[in-house]
Amino acid sequence: MKPRFALLVGVVFGIGLCLSGMVAPSKVLNFLDVAGAWDPSLALVMGGAMAAAFLPFRLVRGRIPAPGRRIDLPLVAGSALFGVGWGLVGLCPGPALTALGRADPKAFAFVAAMLVGMALHRLWSRGATKTPPAPVADDPS
Amino acid sequence: MTIDWQTFTPWSSLFGGVIIGLAAGALALRAGRILGVSGIVAGLAEPDADRLGRAALVAGLILSPVLFGLVAPLPALRIDAGWAAVIAGGLLVGFGTRLGSGCTSGHGVCGLARLSPRSLVAVVTFVVAAMATVFVLRHAI
Repeated sequence: MKPRFALLVGVVFGIGLCLSGMVAPSKVLNFLDVAGAWDPSLALVMGGAMAAAFLPFRLVRGRIPAPGRRIDLPLVAGSALFGVGWGLVGLCPGPALTALGRADPKAFAFVAAMLVGMALHRLWSRGATKTPPAPVADDPS
Repeated sequence: MTIDWQTFTPWSSLFGGVIIGLAAGALALRAGRILGVSGIVAGLAEPDADRLGRAALVAGLILSPVLFGLVAPLPALRIDAGWAAVIAGGLLVGFGTRLGSGCTSGHGVCGLARLSPRSLVAVVTFVVAAMATVFVLRHAI
């Protein structure tokens, strides 16, 4: 990723978040509140984004690694935890970063907590993958 | 379920979504990378050659509402959740997106556009978990 191009992609992506309404926690929460006065806007954000990204991803198929196929517990448990956090505040990682640009103190607290959560996962997964020293095999000879 | 037609913004949400998808598609075409915000943020801790690119993309996201605000009014951006919810939500979003290997951008926009079954499971899981959370907060307590 060339930094100048990455900066441009970040700006364009963020402008899309602003225009779509994804940056507004209240709008996100009203989409998630299917039992209340439902605002279906965000379904159109996802639909529009998927439709626009479909062809570019078709074109790079084979050039970038194919998505994994394994449906496992970390995928489901992690997504469920993320969903609870998303529903508590109405912010997911992209809009949380754009919220920093509006200098909202709660946005800083949310992003700081998010970074701590990521660091905790890093520590936890390191501990989980640490394998005990292999037992010395009995020499059969 | 009642649709709130007052807050429904079909055109700006669809068009914003298309911009989001084009940004993700451009990054895939030019850099062969998946635009997953949680992965890019977590990757800031990895001291490899792409670190500067990831930092530039994050900087672009933070700058975007400032640029957007120059040409159009930003949507209502207040974070209504209390401080405890903001901290808990941030921790859950950070830990959950790492455990589940992605968030709304990586699994949602990119994964679904690539027709990844793993991402479909992730998206259904986090949307249902978020809807359940909002239901409990707004209607059950």
